[in-house]
Amino acid sequence: MASLVLEDLRKSFGPVAVLHGIDLCLASGEMLVIVGASGCGKSTLLRLVAGLEVPTAGRILLDGRDLAPLDPAARDIAMVFQNYALYPHMSVFDNMAYGLRIRGMPKPEIRARVGEAAAMLGLAELLSRKPRQLSGGQRQRVAMGRAIVRQPKLFLFDEPLSNLDAKLRVQMRAEIKRLQRRMGVTSLYVTHDQVEAMTLGDRLLVLHEGKPVQLATPMEVFERPADTYVGGFIGAPAMNFLPATLLAGGGAVRLAWGEVLPFADGARAGAEGRKLSIGIRPEHVAVVAAGTALQIDLIEPLGSETVVIGRLPDGELLSVKIAGPAPAGEQMHLHLAPEHLHVFDAGSGLRLDPAT
Amino acid sequence: MERRTIFSGWLLPVLLVLPQLALTIVFFLWPAGQAMWSSTTLTDPFGLRSRFVGLANFRHLFADPLYVATIWRTVEFCAAVSTLAIAAGMVLAIAADREIRFRGLYRVLLIWPYAIAPAIAAILWILLLHPQIGLIGRWLNSIGIPWDYQLNGPEAMLVVVLASSWKQVSYNFIFFLAGLQSIPKAVMEAARMDGAKGFFRFRTVTLPLLMPTVFFLLVVNLVYAAFDTFGTIWAMTSGGPGKSTETLVIKVYRDGIVNQDIGSSSAQSVVLMGGIILLTILQFRFLGRRSGGQ
Repeated sequence: MASLVLEDLRKSFGPVAVLHGIDLCLASGEMLVIVGASGCGKSTLLRLVAGLEVPTAGRILLDGRDLAPLDPAARDIAMVFQNYALYPHMSVFDNMAYGLRIRGMPKPEIRARVGEAAAMLGLAELLSRKPRQLSGGQRQRVAMGRAIVRQPKLFLFDEPLSNLDAKLRVQMRAEIKRLQRRMGVTSLYVTHDQVEAMTLGDRLLVLHEGKPVQLATPMEVFERPADTYVGGFIGAPAMNFLPATLLAGGGAVRLAWGEVLPFADGARAGAEGRKLSIGIRPEHVAVVAAGTALQIDLIEPLGSETVVIGRLPDGELLSVKIAGPAPAGEQMHLHLAPEHLHVFDAGSGLRLDPAT
Repeated sequence: MERRTIFSGWLLPVLLVLPQLALTIVFFLWPAGQAMWSSTTLTDPFGLRSRFVGLANFRHLFADPLYVATIWRTVEFCAAVSTLAIAAGMVLAIAADREIRFRGLYRVLLIWPYAIAPAIAAILWILLLHPQIGLIGRWLNSIGIPWDYQLNGPEAMLVVVLASSWKQVSYNFIFFLAGLQSIPKAVMEAARMDGAKGFFRFRTVTLPLLMPTVFFLLVVNLVYAAFDTFGTIWAMTSGGPGKSTETLVIKVYRDGIVNQDIGSSSAQSVVLMGGIILLTILQFRFLGRRSGGQ
């Protein structure tokens, strides 16, 4: 059953259009991650759903009910803010109980709910502390607790982990995922961190300059990026893009330095000489004894893996991720495996699948 | 933030401090010392001779019902001015903090009264409230309210309270506006999503977060009302009619300069100095808490 539905949602601030028509349909209990570079409109999208901003056009439906006439408080939505937005003058207990008190909930029930959430989040010992007496991770938990006690129909997460240090972020990421699964509440999660996006989302929505570029499962986004932007954004180190031209028949391309690469999955449409962009992920470039030469420029050891950045025969940079330590010498030989190639149109950047 | 300069010799630092030191000595330490000395003396009516009388001036002062009445009058005046100026400043700051058109213009206009000299402010208010030539004064009389602050004590008090508060509203406005803007927007949004509305949200979120500013302004406003309102009051009512608007500073001036009772006037100054020292200590305490908190 659809829980949250967005229909052609648009937002402009004055003459500046920030969101250009978002259509979205979330299943009940689904966690959808909205990912994109900063300024792509992802936070605005969240604020529209929360009711903190008014959409320029389009509709938002939650469980079939139009949210437009409803005040943020009446929407049955809870939000976790980027800077936690805790009430600095209230104790942890009061921070969580505030919304419940306003709703006129009886005191014993408030105590029970806050107690339950605090136990779940490991905050039971800290209920009488003020936010300034807490660490970043604990504040983050209080912000989550404040959302949980409301038992809303929808959770909104606005980059909730971006203020934590790297180690804590990984830990909280797992915790959020566990919590969301356990509570089964439909969630929208905004982040610019592709690792968070990949690990947390049931599905991803990639936004680019206010336009939805791809909506799919994390693996699908990774394996079949819809365009060069998604290809370059998801995956680290970023995908390599090589300019190429289509050969007659559409079954192969010629790279800038003359090498010909056949397509493993079928011919592409288009005339001979069509300009293409061939994407290949650094981890899919194989090192071989003889093949395309790469002049090594920079080596980044990551421990179990090594990223090698070098120059191709045409001078373009290419990054390669290999298992184990860096190879000796100033040059290595590569094989660009046809089954790992992503084909994009050079002009529009859109993915080009085999003609059927 | 902390910037330190290390001087190698002693001459330059001393030279740099000297002007400030000279000002402090000439305009503060010396007169204060003189006041303390003359508060223990009694001068003859012609000002030719004075003799040491110990603490007699102070004893007379606190035994004088007129002086005690002046103390209470000053307390009432300070309380009224501080309350009015803080409340008005807060209301205006909240209004100007919202998303409204010409917000910048409002803010500038609201700050202007602070730049007006006390005597000019007094004349502005006289021109409004004077029973014969004042717009509001004439209107009050025309609708049957007998209005003449030059004859009616409580009315005179109301007038000096209004004029004095008006001058201080701008100052409070600036601090409240800054205080409001330092409250993170997300906190207010979180309160909105929690369902807090209107006055309830103000009382449970905004006001508690503004409390440090309120405490700070309370001390500053008390000092202002007690000491800086001399010009306004003197120009409007000169402490009259009778003694109905005579605060402690007015009395110091009247007794010392007008009535030439140097000993008693000096004793009153010393009492006031004690008061201002107390308030300054309070203020430093609060300033310390402001920077240490949160």
